[in-house]
Amino acid sequence: MKALLEGLVQAIGLIIGLDPDLYEIIWFSLYVSGVALSFSILVGIPLGAFLGLKQFLGRRFMMALLYTGMGFPPVVIGLFVYLMFSRSGPVGTLGWLFTPRAIIVAQTIISFPLVAGFTMAAVMGIDPNLRQQLVSLGATAWQATLATLAEARIGVVVAIIAGFGSIISEVGAVILVGGNIEGKTRTLTTAIVLETRKGNFDLAMALGVILLFITFLINLAMIRLQGREFIR
Amino acid sequence: MSADKIIYNLNNFTKVYNDRTVLKIDHLEIYAGEILAVVGPSGAGKSTLLRHLNFLEQPSEGHLTFENNNWNGSAPPLDVRRKVTTVFQRPVLLNRSVAANVAYGLSVRGKRGELAEQAIARALSQVGLEDLAKASARTLSGGEAQRVALARALVVKPDVLLMDEPTANLDPYNVKLIEQIITTVNQKHNTTVVLVTHNVFQAKRLAHRTAFLLDSRLIEVTDTLTFFNSPKDSRTAAFVRGDMIY
Repeated sequence: MKALLEGLVQAIGLIIGLDPDLYEIIWFSLYVSGVALSFSILVGIPLGAFLGLKQFLGRRFMMALLYTGMGFPPVVIGLFVYLMFSRSGPVGTLGWLFTPRAIIVAQTIISFPLVAGFTMAAVMGIDPNLRQQLVSLGATAWQATLATLAEARIGVVVAIIAGFGSIISEVGAVILVGGNIEGKTRTLTTAIVLETRKGNFDLAMALGVILLFITFLINLAMIRLQGREFIR
Repeated sequence: MSADKIIYNLNNFTKVYNDRTVLKIDHLEIYAGEILAVVGPSGAGKSTLLRHLNFLEQPSEGHLTFENNNWNGSAPPLDVRRKVTTVFQRPVLLNRSVAANVAYGLSVRGKRGELAEQAIARALSQVGLEDLAKASARTLSGGEAQRVALARALVVKPDVLLMDEPTANLDPYNVKLIEQIITTVNQKHNTTVVLVTHNVFQAKRLAHRTAFLLDSRLIEVTDTLTFFNSPKDSRTAAFVRGDMIY
């Protein structure tokens, strides 16, 4: 309990004191997770909408793959990305290992199945007759899909929140492929691991509190996106 | 009603789902500006016919021509497809305001702004829902929802209005209102109306011609007076008398 309180006090001190190292870590965490989430949204929402709306051969197989991806241990994905980018790996010549790019790749692979899976579930929850009725009103297939996604917006935003939550709080894969290099690939989570190992529980707690606070703020902003103007 | 101009022409039309023929019409002409009622028991193929007339599905065999154009089994181009719209038996409204629902057909056509707003207001007043413009579509009763569905169809000024059991399960007030709108739209704008109904009295009240579908086949189509007073086919007569059990 003492560590918690001291952590909280120190966190406030660090934030108010505009500690440049801290801000760099926060900025870096948001940067890699933000870019990874953007890629996940770009791939995951269209994929989720496609799987949720279209009937085709192999759909169940694709869904099973996606569900597996949603529960895939991030550290295993980290290992996979590590091996891909290691010097002897298939894309080792890119030299991305222990750079922000490798973290972004790993985080994208971790979060896009969540974004796609929850989007698919949200879209499947929309009345299947809606699409036909919109097309009958003159919508193109694309316009009808956009309107269906807008109808499913509460679930789609949950998909984005889940995707973001899975990577901003992830540590195993980030340490493996990023290496936790100070000033280069250190994120809030890897910094927490490091400070805990060093016995700096106050600083670790402070970083934890900051991570929670940032996640809370971002989720608050996303809830606004759900646009529940028709609460009854 | 101009009885000469044919808007739809179905020839040797067949629709098959999984080896089961769900609709087979050797020949059917629909005239521009008429109200054609399609009656028949459930499962006769009435809704399947409407989906084809709205180009939501394509025939398995045969031809469906619209305004003398045969699209050979593919959906017609967007501008042609947008001349036709359907009011469904169970409308699915968007989780937005009533006005936003009516706006949908206009917005997909790129029509926004003052003129669109006026058209939306007119359509809402036509169905008697101007007071509910800002209400959430999810809070409406069944009759109100069906009137919103009618307004969102009318606002795009369709050449052809297809209606699939639009008044099933509605109270007499809403039935009367919707029937009046159908008649008005047909008379004022010369809109072709194809009305699917299981209610023969509704067909009698509204339609210029009536068609009878039974077991996926077109049994008879003729002017409504003849249809009810002296049908040619004994099955039509039995259906009109109410002797047909379904």
